[in-house]
Amino acid sequence: MDVMPKWADVVLIPLISLFLAAVLSALVILGIGEDPIAALKLMVDGALGSTYGWGYTLYYATNFIFTGLAVSVAFHARLFNIGGEGQAMLGGLGVAIACLYIPWPHWSIALVAAAISAAAFGAAWSAIPAYLQAKRGSHIVITTIMFNYIAAAVLNYMLVNVMRPEGSMDPATARFPEAVHLPTLHEILAPLGIEFSRAAPANISFIVALLACVLVWLLIWRTKLGYEIRAYGHSEKGAVYAGIAPVRIIMITMLISGGLAGLMAINNVMGEAERLVLNSTEGAGFIGIAVALMGRSHPFGVLLAAILFGFLYQGGAELALWTSIPRELIVVIQALVILFTGALDNMVRMPLERIFLKLRKG
Amino acid sequence: MDFLTIIQILDSTVRLATPLLLACLAGLYSERAGVFDIGLEGKMLASAFFSAAVAYVSGSVWLGLLAGTAASLVLSLIHGVASITFRGNQLISGVAINFLAAGMTVLIAQSWFSQGGRTPSLFGGARFEGINLPFANELEPVPVIGPIYSELLSGHSVLVYLAFAFVPFTAWVLYRTRFGLRLRAVGENPAAVDTAGVSVVGLRFAAVMICGVLCGIAGAYLATALQAGFVKDMTAGRGFIALAALIFAKWRPWHALGACLLFGFLQAIALRFQNIDLGGVVIPVQVMDALPFVLTVVILAGFVGKAIPPKAGGEPYVKER
Repeated sequence: MDVMPKWADVVLIPLISLFLAAVLSALVILGIGEDPIAALKLMVDGALGSTYGWGYTLYYATNFIFTGLAVSVAFHARLFNIGGEGQAMLGGLGVAIACLYIPWPHWSIALVAAAISAAAFGAAWSAIPAYLQAKRGSHIVITTIMFNYIAAAVLNYMLVNVMRPEGSMDPATARFPEAVHLPTLHEILAPLGIEFSRAAPANISFIVALLACVLVWLLIWRTKLGYEIRAYGHSEKGAVYAGIAPVRIIMITMLISGGLAGLMAINNVMGEAERLVLNSTEGAGFIGIAVALMGRSHPFGVLLAAILFGFLYQGGAELALWTSIPRELIVVIQALVILFTGALDNMVRMPLERIFLKLRKG
Repeated sequence: MDFLTIIQILDSTVRLATPLLLACLAGLYSERAGVFDIGLEGKMLASAFFSAAVAYVSGSVWLGLLAGTAASLVLSLIHGVASITFRGNQLISGVAINFLAAGMTVLIAQSWFSQGGRTPSLFGGARFEGINLPFANELEPVPVIGPIYSELLSGHSVLVYLAFAFVPFTAWVLYRTRFGLRLRAVGENPAAVDTAGVSVVGLRFAAVMICGVLCGIAGAYLATALQAGFVKDMTAGRGFIALAALIFAKWRPWHALGACLLFGFLQAIALRFQNIDLGGVVIPVQVMDALPFVLTVVILAGFVGKAIPPKAGGEPYVKER
């Protein structure tokens, strides 16, 4: 029997954790001699006060939806994929290859091809850790961490030695052709008569990300495969007894997870930068962990958490611009969210369970 | 490549292996007790900043070392509370600690020194200077032995000798003392330790705290001996290389020394030569950067002997009622 009603588990605990993280963040801001209320105001104004701010918030959120979904899917099979960062880097490579070397007639075909390529590269990058976990029992957390570093080296090599245009000192690929330019939210919303900032980088990938949320929800809760993934995550022994092959589930789950992380590249590489640069992922792979933990591994939760982190990212950029608070404040907030919603979950849960038990008896 | 170049590369190997070795031994204590720690990186980083900051302000590198170790211990305490007391996920806690350190160090550095997230350069008493071993200068002109003694063995900071001395000490503690036996037992079968009337929580906290102290020394070495001051993200994955070395060494102290020297050697080579030309085949520098991680994956895959972690690693202990 559950001690707590479901709403408390899904809504109350994340909110309390978030509140604790927010209080500590406010203390940190106070500690470096700034005013937390003013900082929050500035963040809200900068990230949500204009369509320009929203454009950036949604752009960041798009990245975090993909990486958050990637971590969530793996969580359902009780696999911890820390490799989202590396998988997204490789996804970027996939996008760059698809966009640079094939002359696409229209962006829509290019988007489909680039998305497939990005997902394939991301999935391929998660395939080796997955295989090693499934067949040889190597811990996936360690191997995916190692693969993040290997991915950085691969990307560095490709950009410096192979894909850099001749005569350029900058370790980056050439600009993608005009034909693969993805429509921004401004271009999508203008025909509908909605004014949206021209300068903001949010683009059609956001809609792809929403679609991915729906598809992941369908996969996890409405398909046989999703059932098998969850069954394996709950109890490996039970799953084996029910005729579910662990090797198959680990491989498929990690391929999907890596593919989702790789898909992020259609947003940051194809949609925004329109060329592949070093460090194009900007840590989004790791934020996926915080997003998945906060979103309780549910696509809708991931969507909300991703928008929250998109807001924090854009708000943090505004803070860095107007105050002496550096962008790293966001890293601290991210750490606190991971700490409270992930590692210290029981600290919030135990007292709450006691309260609910008392209420039930009383 | 002449003899002197080889000596110089080996000398730089020793310097670069030291932080890896300290962090690796730190991880060894923690993981042997059954607490996974992927937060080595964060603890080193926090210590690097606080040691550099306090050493700069006070002018004393020893106060810096103390402050760095204290900062690392605070993070260890968080890890202990999260993963032992509240039985949270040790891996997630480690991830959180890494980010906490990455963010806080820059935030505080900016607030205290306003130099773009770094500390001012350290000099004089605010840095660990090299120690000249006796007769180093007198022996220098002697061929072969001279350079080996005066260049390779002499002239390192005290922390380097401390780190290397910690290897036999750790082996002794782990295999020859009661504490070591209990530490290994609590990582393999905590229920048995509990039945024998020894506190699982106490032992694990002790291990996590030792881990904090060693990570603290590693971070202080980075900022006050290897380099002169703190810069943003200066650990640059060393915590994870140390973790890789730990797996490579299969959680054994003497093998950890070997693994850290190997990885330090790779770093020294990558630092000295950008692209290595082996008779027509050029090895790009990125290969050297990725090699420690690739080697670890190969080891993990069990191709070169299987790496079996402590059995109870990563699992919180719940007392039976």
